[in-house]
Parts: sequence; C-alpha cells; structure tokens
Amino acid sequence: MIQINNLHKSYKMGSSSLHVLKGIDLKIDEGELVAIMGSSGSGKSTLLNILGMLDIADEGNYLLDNVLIKDLTETIAANYRNRFLGFVFQSFNLINYKNAIENVALPLYYQGLKRKIRQQKALEYLKKVGLKDWAKHLPSELSGGQKQRVAIARAMASEPKVLLADEPTGALDSNTSNEVMSLIQKINNDGKTILVVTHEIEIAQMCKRIITLKDGVIVEDKKIDQILLEDYV
Amino acid sequence: MFSRDQWQEIFETIRKNKLRTILSGFTVALGIFIFIILFGFGNGLKNSFEQFFLDDATNTLWLYPGVTSKAYRGFKDNRRIEFENSDLIDIEENFTFFLENITPRINRRETLSYRGQSNSYNIRAIGPAHQYVEKTIIMKGRFINQKDVDERTKNITIGRLVAQDIFKKEDPIGKYIEMGESAFKVVGVFQDKSGDREERLVYLPYTTRQLMEKNNDKIDQIIVSFNPDLGYIGALAFEKQLGDFFKIKKVIDPSDKSGLYIRNTTERVRQNQQFASVLQIIVAFVGIGTLIAGIIGISNIMVFVVKERTKELGVRKALGATPISVVGMILNESIFITTSSGIFGLLLGVFILSRLEDQLEQYFILDPYVDSLTALIATFLLIFFGAIAGYIPAKRAASIKPIVALRDE
Repeated sequence: MIQINNLHKSYKMGSSSLHVLKGIDLKIDEGELVAIMGSSGSGKSTLLNILGMLDIADEGNYLLDNVLIKDLTETIAANYRNRFLGFVFQSFNLINYKNAIENVALPLYYQGLKRKIRQQKALEYLKKVGLKDWAKHLPSELSGGQKQRVAIARAMASEPKVLLADEPTGALDSNTSNEVMSLIQKINNDGKTILVVTHEIEIAQMCKRIITLKDGVIVEDKKIDQILLEDYV
Repeated sequence: MFSRDQWQEIFETIRKNKLRTILSGFTVALGIFIFIILFGFGNGLKNSFEQFFLDDATNTLWLYPGVTSKAYRGFKDNRRIEFENSDLIDIEENFTFFLENITPRINRRETLSYRGQSNSYNIRAIGPAHQYVEKTIIMKGRFINQKDVDERTKNITIGRLVAQDIFKKEDPIGKYIEMGESAFKVVGVFQDKSGDREERLVYLPYTTRQLMEKNNDKIDQIIVSFNPDLGYIGALAFEKQLGDFFKIKKVIDPSDKSGLYIRNTTERVRQNQQFASVLQIIVAFVGIGTLIAGIIGISNIMVFVVKERTKELGVRKALGATPISVVGMILNESIFITTSSGIFGLLLGVFILSRLEDQLEQYFILDPYVDSLTALIATFLLIFFGAIAGYIPAKRAASIKPIVALRDE
C-alpha cells in the first residue's frame, strides 16, 4: 500500500539546515496497523506529513497504492488527499461552527457528492463511531473522546486507502484514549490500513507493528502481538 | 464555481458566523449609507445655492438711471436721469444683433381691495418679456401679454401668495380687484422659485401704469436679455456699447460713473458658478473620503476574517479542498456579504434622502439626492475593493501548506 525509498527531508533554519529525515525506507502492506514511535524531534511527524502529502520530501520515492507521489500541484495533492487519505489530528481540528454530521460530511463535499448522499453517508459513519445521537451537536458540546471519534468518522467518510493519525490520543486521558484506540483497532480489523504516530508505548502496543525513529532514521521495525482492547463503542 | 451546493455551503458559513457576517456587512452598509447621505447633502447644498443665486435668467443686463456727478455740455451735475419709452425703441432698433428680449419695469406699492378686505402689495408694471427674465412660472391663466401692453388693459397677473391672501380658496381667474380708483381683472397666477417675496408681487402692463400716472412715458428700469450664444466676452461688449449709447443719448460725461448703472448678470453668474464648482469639489472630496474609509474598513475586516480562519482553511485543505476552492469560498462569501449589505446601505440611504426632501431647508439642504450612477459606482467600488481585500489574504491562506495552517494554534 505504501512504499517509500530513501526519503530525505531537511528544513532550512536561517543559514543552517536541519536534516530531519535521513534516508527512510519503508513498506507498509494493506490492512496493517502501524505505530510510528520516537521522541520529539525524531522526525516521526515529518514522516507522517510527507505520507499525508501535507509536506514534500526533498529526495526519495513515495508510492501510494502504486501511484508515484511526486511534483504534485496543490490542486492534485488536494485531490489525492481527498481520495486516498484520512487524517486524525491530536487537536481534533473539527470546524467549530459545524455540527458533527456537517464535519463528517465535509470531505464528501470536496468529493463533489450530492448533499443528500453526503448526509446519508456522514450519518452512517457517525453511527459506526457510536455518535449517531450526537449528529446535530457542535464540537463545543462534545467531550474530547467524542470529538476525536467525530474526527475519525470524518477521516473514514471519504473511504480513504490509508488513515493517518498524528498523536490521536495526545489530548485525551487514558480512558478516552482506550476508547479511541479501540475504535482504530476496529476500523483496522475491517481491513483499513492505519498509521499512528505516538510517543506513548502503551498506545504503540495496541498496534500490530512498531516502527521506531531516532534522529531521522528507522532504528527498529518489529511486528508485535497486539494488545486488543474490548469494544467500547 | 457557482453551484447550488457551494452556495449552500456559503450560506451555512454565513449563518453560523453571525458576528463576522454582521461586522463586515455593517461596515459596508455603513460606508455606502454615509456616502449616500453625505453626497446627497452636498447636492442638497448645491440645490439651495442654485436656488438662491441662479434662479433668474443668466443672460440679462439691468439698466438703472442714476444722478450725474459731473457737469457736462452745459448741464449741471446732480441731474436726475430718467428712462422713457423711446429708450426701449432705441435699444430694439440699435442692438438687434445682441438683443433677445427687452422689458421695462416700474415699481410701485399699492393697496389692493377685494370684497371689503384690503392689503398693500408691491406692484411691478412690466412688458411681456419680463416673464422670461425673472423665470416666472404661470400656475393658472396667463402672464401679461403684448395685447395688454398695446391696449393698456386693466389686466393683472398676481403671485401665488397674493392669490392665497386675497382669494383664499376661491379661483382668482376672472375676478376683479380694486387698485387705486379702478378695478383690475386677474388673468393669471404665477409662482417664482426665488421665494416668498417674489410671490407677493402683482404684475400689470407698464403702459397701463403710465396711463394711471397722468399718461407719462417714464420707466424706472430697463431689463434686456441677450443672445446666450454671445458668451461672456459678447456680454461685456454689449454692456459697453449699451453704456456708451445711453451716455450719448442722455448727455452724460463718459467718465461719470453715477449717471447710469448697468448690472450684468453674467459676471455674477460666473462667480456663482465658480462657487458652485468649489462646492461640487468639496462634495466629491467628502464622498471619496467616505468611500476610502469604507474600503479601508472592509479591507481590515477581510484580513482579520481570513486570519481567523487560517486553521479552518488548513483543515479544509487536509480534507481535500483545492486552493481554488478555498479562494473561491472566501471570495464568494465576502462578495455576497458586501453586495447584499452594500445594496441594503444604498437603498436605506436613498430612501432616507428621498424622505428628507426639503425638511432640512433651514440648514440650506434642499432636495438632497444622489444620481443613480454615482451611487452604483460607489457601491461597486466598495464591493470590488472588499473582494480584492479578501482575495489577497485568501490567496495567501490557500497557498500556506495545510500542515503550517494546522499547527497555527
């Protein structure tokens, strides 16, 4: 599903430049649940951003579902993001003046679907994350865990090939973290490829594979026995 | 770009961000509203000015006889000069090239009585051309005509306020009013834009007046109007020749300034028009100033709005919004708000101006108005600059990498 070769990325910091990714090779198959670990500054978020086409690598190849992601215009990148990728952020990033169902329907709007179908689909995904009854609530009326579940529903609604989660539990307490992770496991069990960036080992152990980054290189890549959570939803 | 879906999205955003919408809409509406009101007031000021000064015909010379200050050709000084009917004929015969209309004027004050009630009024004995030089407007009946002058009829044309005083609600036409020892028939009622004083006048044929005054042929003043095509230079030439002619005819020293007075309205008209154009410039300046203030206001708000939405735009981009759709969304939204509130401000301003009419006349603002072209251009400018002011930050926001926008807490 994802294949990257010799990925490099550096940021200019005034006169000096900061080499963040120093040659990453990675292959992720369909249906995997991968945790990307590392301390802050290890380059894990940069890697995720490049995978999410939110940022561009300086060097190296990136194949997403056998499509070469290179030299994309903003418009094409936006299209790919819309069709291939779903994002879950640490700070949820829900649009605060839209209620839950409208937030979930937003990527469908950019897919050009009709309003009726959007509403239908959005409701369906809200149901999947157990928030059907909260469809008309604004984000400010939801708890942190509920917000993240709405965000997951939104990421899933466009039926992406890969779900990218950047510290999805970073802003949540451990109970709600489990709630969210259990949902991620469930979605993964349905066959979705998911990447989770985290610095918490407990979260990483809920995935099926852990990739550890340190100073811009992969230092460890191992498959693990997943700690399965009970179904919260 | 203008699909129904997109409009729904925009309306939703507008509806759910009421403060933002009201703020930017209010700025635009206020900008246009103040522009319309100020510009309208300016025009009202100009109207009053024109009514004060530009009411009478602008191509006239007024001749007044004076008292000589110098002895000349056997005549002593301090001699009173008088005009007679022959002077009228002389002007008509000698100045055909310049002349358009000519009328004498004799001013008197008389008591008018009707059904036992009497009141005193200023009387002007004139020729039919007087209607033209004073721009008298006939409301009913007719003005004094040539036949009245030739036959020395006892017909009068009375001012609107005279008719009101004397006849109340009665129709004055055909009624007889006593003046001196005879009865005069009212043949017409007039109004005059110069104000109340002009509407308390009574006009009668100058020949009739002369008949009443022992059949003399004296005239108080002569008013001539000249062909407007002569222009300012031509008017001055006419004035000079007319002055020379009368100084010879009445035997006045050519250097004597007090024997004969000629008032040339063109000079005054020219000054007044200069003043009016200064007024126009002030009005335009005020208008442009207001408009610029409005444009700056809406620009500020647009910059703020886009800044406030940076994160939202980042989210939208991460979810698949293209840069064009981001810019399009902000532009459509801002244009929609500015257009609808601009039109609202425009209509409100125009409505208030139209309701004011002459209520502010005591402040010299008469019939304030804004011509529709100016109003539309102003509205368009505000919308246009609102769009530009939205476009620049929107363009920048759309080109920010979503990751940067998302990081922006």
